[in-house]
Amino acid sequence: MARMKFLCDADRCIECNACVTACKNEHEVPWGINRRRVVTINDGKPGERSVSMACMHCTDAPCASVCPVDCFYTTADAVVLHSKDLCIGCGYCFYACPFGAPQYPKVGNFGSRGKMDKCTFCAGGPEADHSKEEYEKYGANRLAEGKLPLCAEMCSTKSLLAGDGDIIAQIYKARVTKRGYGSGAWGWQTAYRESIAI
Amino acid sequence: MLGILAKFLMKVRFIAGALALAFIIAVAAPVSAQQPISVNPTASAVQEQQLLKELNKIQGRVSIPDKRSDVLEQPAGREWRQWHQVTLRWIGAIAILGMLALLVLFYLVRGQVKIVSGLSGRKVVRFNAFERFVHWLTATCFIILAISGLNVTFGKSLLLPLLGPSAFTTWSELAKYSHNFLSFPFTIGVVLICLMWIGSNIPNATDVEWVKRGGGIVGKDHPPAGHFNAGQKLIYWIVVLGGGASAISGYLLLFPFYGTGISGMQLAQIVHSVVAVLFIAAMLGHIYIGTIGMEGAAGAMGEGTVDINWAKQHHSLWLKDEMSNAKGSGQSRPMGTPAE
Repeated sequence: MARMKFLCDADRCIECNACVTACKNEHEVPWGINRRRVVTINDGKPGERSVSMACMHCTDAPCASVCPVDCFYTTADAVVLHSKDLCIGCGYCFYACPFGAPQYPKVGNFGSRGKMDKCTFCAGGPEADHSKEEYEKYGANRLAEGKLPLCAEMCSTKSLLAGDGDIIAQIYKARVTKRGYGSGAWGWQTAYRESIAI
Repeated sequence: MLGILAKFLMKVRFIAGALALAFIIAVAAPVSAQQPISVNPTASAVQEQQLLKELNKIQGRVSIPDKRSDVLEQPAGREWRQWHQVTLRWIGAIAILGMLALLVLFYLVRGQVKIVSGLSGRKVVRFNAFERFVHWLTATCFIILAISGLNVTFGKSLLLPLLGPSAFTTWSELAKYSHNFLSFPFTIGVVLICLMWIGSNIPNATDVEWVKRGGGIVGKDHPPAGHFNAGQKLIYWIVVLGGGASAISGYLLLFPFYGTGISGMQLAQIVHSVVAVLFIAAMLGHIYIGTIGMEGAAGAMGEGTVDINWAKQHHSLWLKDEMSNAKGSGQSRPMGTPAE
């Protein structure tokens, strides 16, 4: 089985936000919720870099560990998903997540954050694949169609890579070797406890 | 003739110079053509590991409306997880089970603290209706807050296997709402307790004496005490300070991003949970001494009166005050109707 990962090549990201838009459209994500976002560091200064970030589907995911109702599960492809039927909207996954991935439909309204929403790696949820319930709660299930996440597919500079960790690491390594530089796989050390050796 | 030769030599030198220059340029050209490859944009760019080392988080700018999402990475969540999943469970289990074990042991060794001279049958008012209302308002909220709070930390290990995922979610959601909404009456209760009893809870010399003589808990001695003895004053300050700390940290969690960011919320959760488990342990002791631990104590918060002999034994200075006040002001408050 594959071990699904995201990799954002920060030397290629041009902060066009197409990944953000593609994600919102594909899953019909409600207002105020961003499963993916692009963060620009040192904006406007020399050496600025933009990184597209969503749930990294961590190894031994902290969100799953701290969830008081144990609503998370990991698929055979190592995608971290959760059940909105079991989620109580307590916000604990949000405290634990290193990437700010969990989103809540009613942020700030005391006591009622609502069911948590996050990136599913375009893999839907616990409901039957391609069912209406699955789409309404979690969005499209592209993985079940044999497709990879739309954010990466839409990426205009192919900065964002999604797929089996070994394969995307290989692609990134080849790029770095060819062009002679690379700022590394952002978030990998934190999410997977390993980086790409170049 | 010489002039022609000199001119010729100059031409030769010029041609040789030009050739040499052309050669140098030809040799140097490939070097300069390779220059863009040797430029390394990463060298001048922001580095992930360096940023993490400096601040333990990476923050930038986002163009989406939710500006709170500008934190790219904050691995501190992993330490908070360790706290929540391991450390807190140990602290909580040791504090609460340890306190229960101590109380059982204490009960077995010491037994119930009896009223030495027996019941007199004459009662004295200890807490008026308002005081009792505030006490029970706070106590009821506290018990529900404690159970629903413990459910967040221990529920999935203890209750989830028994109830199953769906029923456990229903229960936990109910518990969460109770926890959030009852925090308000609880806070009001703590504030009222703080204000109405602060006068009789300032530590004084009597308390030092009381503690030195074992407070009547250790041994058979019954040192004098005012309205509240040193042990009760301790409970008062635990309620006021512990209740205050858990209220403030709790409201920070209840209103995310109003006061703090994520790291602040992690810290607030740590404060909230550690204060809460210690608070619960302390309250177990309080419940014990108010019920089975001491004969005649429960009435004080029940119907509001205590037996005169109980008051003499445990709060001699307070009883003296109440008696003299009653004499002075024509029996306004303390003496209840003698019970048969």
